[in-house]
Amino acid sequence: MKLIIFAGPPTCGKTTVIRQVIRRMLKKGHKPAYLKIDVLYADEDRIISEEFNIPSRKLYSGELCPDHCNVVVMDEAVEWAEKSGSDFLFVETAGLCLRCSPYIENSLGVVVLEATSGMNLPYKIGPMLTLADIAVITKIDLISQAEREVFRYRVIEAAKEITVVESNALYGIGIDPIVRHIERSGEIKQPMFLRGNPPVGTCTICVGKKEIGAKNHFGVLRTMEHDLFYIGE
Amino acid sequence: MDIQSICVMGGYGKTGEPEKVERFELNMGDIISIVGPTGCGKTTLINDIELFANRNTPSNRLVMINGETINEDFTFDPRKHPIALISQHTNFLSDLPVGEFLKIHAKVRGGDNPEKMIAETLEFANQLTGEAIIVHTGMTELSGGQTRSLLIADAVIIGNSPIILLDEIENAGIHRTKALELLKQFRKIFVFVTHDPHIALLSDYRIIMKNGSMEKLICTNPAERRVAGELGKIDNLMLNFRSFIRSGQEISEQMMVEQMETLKITN
Repeated sequence: MKLIIFAGPPTCGKTTVIRQVIRRMLKKGHKPAYLKIDVLYADEDRIISEEFNIPSRKLYSGELCPDHCNVVVMDEAVEWAEKSGSDFLFVETAGLCLRCSPYIENSLGVVVLEATSGMNLPYKIGPMLTLADIAVITKIDLISQAEREVFRYRVIEAAKEITVVESNALYGIGIDPIVRHIERSGEIKQPMFLRGNPPVGTCTICVGKKEIGAKNHFGVLRTMEHDLFYIGE
Repeated sequence: MDIQSICVMGGYGKTGEPEKVERFELNMGDIISIVGPTGCGKTTLINDIELFANRNTPSNRLVMINGETINEDFTFDPRKHPIALISQHTNFLSDLPVGEFLKIHAKVRGGDNPEKMIAETLEFANQLTGEAIIVHTGMTELSGGQTRSLLIADAVIIGNSPIILLDEIENAGIHRTKALELLKQFRKIFVFVTHDPHIALLSDYRIIMKNGSMEKLICTNPAERRVAGELGKIDNLMLNFRSFIRSGQEISEQMMVEQMETLKITN
């Protein structure tokens, strides 16, 4: 089983890239499965299953952070894909807070970035970009060639080792190199480990404590003047 | 890379019929215009060229440089990319000041003297704009005309690309005859998508597009070149009146007579 994890800010074109990739993978005789992890709403699983008739599922993280959800369910997801007879599992994550990175060791991490999202984006999203193997830059037709080159440079500045692929996914341009990387990627190994360190978060806010100010919370905290400290047992 | 020629082999139009123009080839110094009504596939043709289409775009065209197809790695390394495409964009989305953007682009393109390149680029661009571009201005704050002027200057000076594709140079109110004059000082292959008869007739060739397909290839004949000269005068007449109006002058019939005389336009 090969695990391909797609991350990226909302509406950056993850699903469009994945559809183009799956179309080519099927033509080459591979057997992909698709899992979408989102917070409140997703219909990509239906779109993918109607278009390609492949095993396809979605999972709402609901009260959980979607990347947290990703971590706690991925072993079962791989099992599900194996049972359904697939040899590739495509996971599309919601990627909301951008601080986490959903990539797993021995998986292929693909971050999808919109060319139109501003020159500072590559510096803003941290591990989602820096721990990825491939950065796919979408919507390249919406900006000038000069801007494309500068955006690409900023991506490589932020993540030195990354492979950059520019794509106009609507027309299927720039998809072939992504497919080649996916085919060349390694098999997943059990037990699986998260590639990066997630931010610390036994979070009182996440569990519904609304009071403002560190004095009202416990766990790992910080104030304006003091860096991280811990209050609690 | 040493570019001598670029060759485009036809694919299919929107109807699925093979293109009537089966191939065309351009050598260093050639200028070609792509003409036809809106929606006929002009921009698609230059996009195919920029992507080095290898029978892998919707049109199924094939583009060759010096008689050879292009491998993908070459396409994706901007430093080696021999083509600059100036699209119809009249606004930047980059949230950077002009100077910083140009500096990064010069670095990407491997220039050894970025400061000099930035100065030259701005000087080139400012000859085409109404009001000068200031180096500290945000890219997103530039007007449509300033944006296009900067894109053209950037492609020629910083990109230093041997092949330049220009989508509707006449848009956004830049000084198009001046632009053409400046561009012609550089020995490159120029491909213009245009609705402007003057630009089309100043080119060496023109391709007529219809229904997504290259319908006809015409080599500009001597009579057409003479007509281009006459059209140029009318162009200048329009430009002169534009500057009179821009500078707040009131227009008289006498001015028209004088202008026609000065520009040697005969009825």
